[in-house]
Amino acid sequence: MTDAPLLQARDVTKHFAGRVACREVTFELWPGEVLGIVGESGSGKTTLLNCLAGRMTPDAGSVAYASASSGVVDIHGLSEARRRLLTRTEWGFVNQDAREGLRMGVSAGANIGERLMAIGARHYGDIRGVAADWLDRVEIEPDRLDDRPTTFSGGMRQRLQIARNLVSNPRLVFMDEPTGGLDVSVQARILDLLRGLVTNLNLSAVLVTHDLGVARLLTHRLMVMQGGRVVEDGLTDQVLDDPRHAYTQMLVSSILPV
Amino acid sequence: MYVAVKGGETAIAHSLDLLADKRRGDRSVAEVSLDQIDQQLGLAVDRVMTEGSCYDRALAALAIKQARGDLIEAIFLLRAYRTTLPRFGDSEPLDTSRMVAERRISSTFKDVPGGQVLGPTYDYTHRLLDFSLAAAAERPEAPTAPADTAMSLPRVGDILEREGVLEPAPDIVGRPHDLTREPLVMPATRPVRLQNLTRGDEGFLLALGYSTQRGYGNNHPFVGEIRFGSVPVSFVPEELGFAIEIAEIDVTECDMVNQFAGSHDVPPQFTRGYGLAFGHAERKAMAMALVDRALRAEELSEAATSPAQDEEFVLAHSDNVEASGFVQHLKLPHYVDFQSELVVVRALRTEVEARNQETALSQAAE
Amino acid sequence: MPDTSVQEAAYNYAYLDEQTKRMIRRAILKAVAVPGYQVPFGGREMPLPYGWGTGGIQVTAAIIGRDDTLKVIDQGADDTTNAVSIRRFFARVAGVATTTRTEDATIIQTRHRVPETPLKEGQILVFQVPIPEPLRMLEPRETETRTLHALSEYGVMQVSLYESIARHGRISKSYNYPVMVNGRYIMSPSPIPKFDNPKLDRSPALQLYGAGREKRIYAVPPHTPVKSLDFDDHPFEIETWTECCAFCGSRESFLDEMIVDDAGKRMFVCSDTDWCQERQGHHQEQKRK
Repeated sequence: MTDAPLLQARDVTKHFAGRVACREVTFELWPGEVLGIVGESGSGKTTLLNCLAGRMTPDAGSVAYASASSGVVDIHGLSEARRRLLTRTEWGFVNQDAREGLRMGVSAGANIGERLMAIGARHYGDIRGVAADWLDRVEIEPDRLDDRPTTFSGGMRQRLQIARNLVSNPRLVFMDEPTGGLDVSVQARILDLLRGLVTNLNLSAVLVTHDLGVARLLTHRLMVMQGGRVVEDGLTDQVLDDPRHAYTQMLVSSILPV
Repeated sequence: MYVAVKGGETAIAHSLDLLADKRRGDRSVAEVSLDQIDQQLGLAVDRVMTEGSCYDRALAALAIKQARGDLIEAIFLLRAYRTTLPRFGDSEPLDTSRMVAERRISSTFKDVPGGQVLGPTYDYTHRLLDFSLAAAAERPEAPTAPADTAMSLPRVGDILEREGVLEPAPDIVGRPHDLTREPLVMPATRPVRLQNLTRGDEGFLLALGYSTQRGYGNNHPFVGEIRFGSVPVSFVPEELGFAIEIAEIDVTECDMVNQFAGSHDVPPQFTRGYGLAFGHAERKAMAMALVDRALRAEELSEAATSPAQDEEFVLAHSDNVEASGFVQHLKLPHYVDFQSELVVVRALRTEVEARNQETALSQAAE
Repeated sequence: MPDTSVQEAAYNYAYLDEQTKRMIRRAILKAVAVPGYQVPFGGREMPLPYGWGTGGIQVTAAIIGRDDTLKVIDQGADDTTNAVSIRRFFARVAGVATTTRTEDATIIQTRHRVPETPLKEGQILVFQVPIPEPLRMLEPRETETRTLHALSEYGVMQVSLYESIARHGRISKSYNYPVMVNGRYIMSPSPIPKFDNPKLDRSPALQLYGAGREKRIYAVPPHTPVKSLDFDDHPFEIETWTECCAFCGSRESFLDEMIVDDAGKRMFVCSDTDWCQERQGHHQEQKRK
């Protein structure tokens, strides 16, 4: 599958009640790449992410994904059944608010084990073992395995959400502001965690963020969005160190020096 | 020596006798007649017909008498009877613009063509108990203007619609799904929702409608029009091929005018909520209209955040015959299920106590 | 004003009109063709309230004929008030023979138990079902549970069993224990104790399930695999008692616990009254026309 991009977006466009949320977005994502989408709130980046991940249907354009077993598929042409299966096996989606990506009413172990159980895992001890292993990998104390996420801090919930997604070894992970709303120090640790996981697991990802520091740390390539359009794209370091577009320059220069 | 309880049949028979006795009450008191119920407790009859989904005053009155005034029980009786009635077809849609209205009001304009006809309503009464009603007395008949079937009461809604400020009423396309014959399937279409709401429990809808006014999904309602009166029911028999009037029924209709929708490019229009009930039932028709409009949230691109806007929640729990049955069925024996649970709870307790004992022992040993 | 005696004469055989029976039979056929799948049907209001077995009654009314022999049980007993009420209903509107003997019945309508006496080919077991959707308590939305069944997305159910083990050390579900039917659909076997689940597996009888209020019918045809959900290392287990039946001595049947005095003294008795009486050697023939 190395001759086809993992994800290919062409002219993805989406309107909301007369307003254009994202317009003619085109890009390719290759295996092992982490693509960042940055912009201020209202730039259309979350809408774009939702269109890419099959959560919303674009009004125009297409999104193609090179699946593990069926070749290249048109995400929005798939039946709901196949799209949902894809979402639970080959993809991951890390929500900004971990509560949306977790079952708050069941234990951490159940949360992590769910994808395994969904594809037929039936040995409680083994499932528990894998879940415990993942808790360790995302740096949550092992004695929290039977606790519910309602008792977790925001940072811990986010880690749990990451584990829940990665347990099925997804090929592509979508992330929507994965560290948004968390304390700065907590953010830093989660970013480190993500960076480690992405490298060790050779994950491909599309990451939406308004935080250029997050983009710098995690992404290989960057797309800058303004008013629904991609105004600049390229290698992350190049875009951030030598921004061409006026908007990107404005974004970069407004980072407060530490 | 324990003897298993038997004689269930006899117990039931005695229970039924006791019930019949209670229903009749003190034999020295005159028995209530169906005509009395129909005439003097008419609003109860109206409710039973509406939620019983069957327009028949005599049957509804009988159900109320049999149910000792418990209206939900009466509604159940009428529905069960309705099940046995043969169905020979569907009427033509009611044309309420042909209503001979006893009452017609609008809150959106001070005056409307045809006038604000107050009719019989509790709205202008002072809620002071009238002790003169404790005794029978001669009551003079109120003077009424002659029924003017030619008088036109143009709909406020039509007037607003012609101007373009109110969304058009939806067209009637084909034969709607019949909720009394086919199961409710979600997501539901608006005709199905309206059927569900019109036979839904008045109290439930009232509470939900009320909640929208208090901020749980507010849709800024105004009463465009309420009209109450008699409408003809038309039917096209196969043999004739044209419509004939087979009955006249009283209905209450409420058109709500709600929050306008629109945007930068689409000119805004007020939106509608609709309520309909048999007989004179304004509270029901209004509550229904509020909930109808709330359930259109998704269609009108509004965020559906409140219970009244949650279609599955509203439609699944509006039927008081279903609700009453399931709530009260808890009175049926459940001792086998309970026994299963007891077995589990006892086993778990044994395990927990054993574990605690072990811990206590090992702690003592330290 | 309709005359009651005329009303009685005016009811169709088995109360429901032929159109309705036809509609229910179509739903039953569809259900039998797709074991474990919940078929929506246009359930009617019946003379008994929702919750009292209107689904079971409608199924029975649609299939019963003059040659049938009907047994009705509730909690395993023929003489609980509701079983009596339903049996009388059918005796009146279907003019059918009734019995308390499982062996002699062609149709057995039941609430919350499966008869202890093994069923035979040709017998039909009609279950009264309150909540047909096994995923309902995990996911309240009908639109979502329908999708989960269609896509065989049953992770949420297995998660609930996992959670039970994590919390209690065992799967604590004791009745209405979910099963996988024919390897395809997860089904609620109705609130029978898990003790009865094994009887459903490859039963030679036809199992029909009716939920009147929720308006769903489902079925398990004879000889169909029905497997209770579990984990490999926490296999499905049925209830056991240390006591035996105080009347017949049975150690193989589901026992009811009776509290016999103020001091809390208990006695255990077979829940299945017919089974118990057979074992005691009482042949309570009750064939009535």
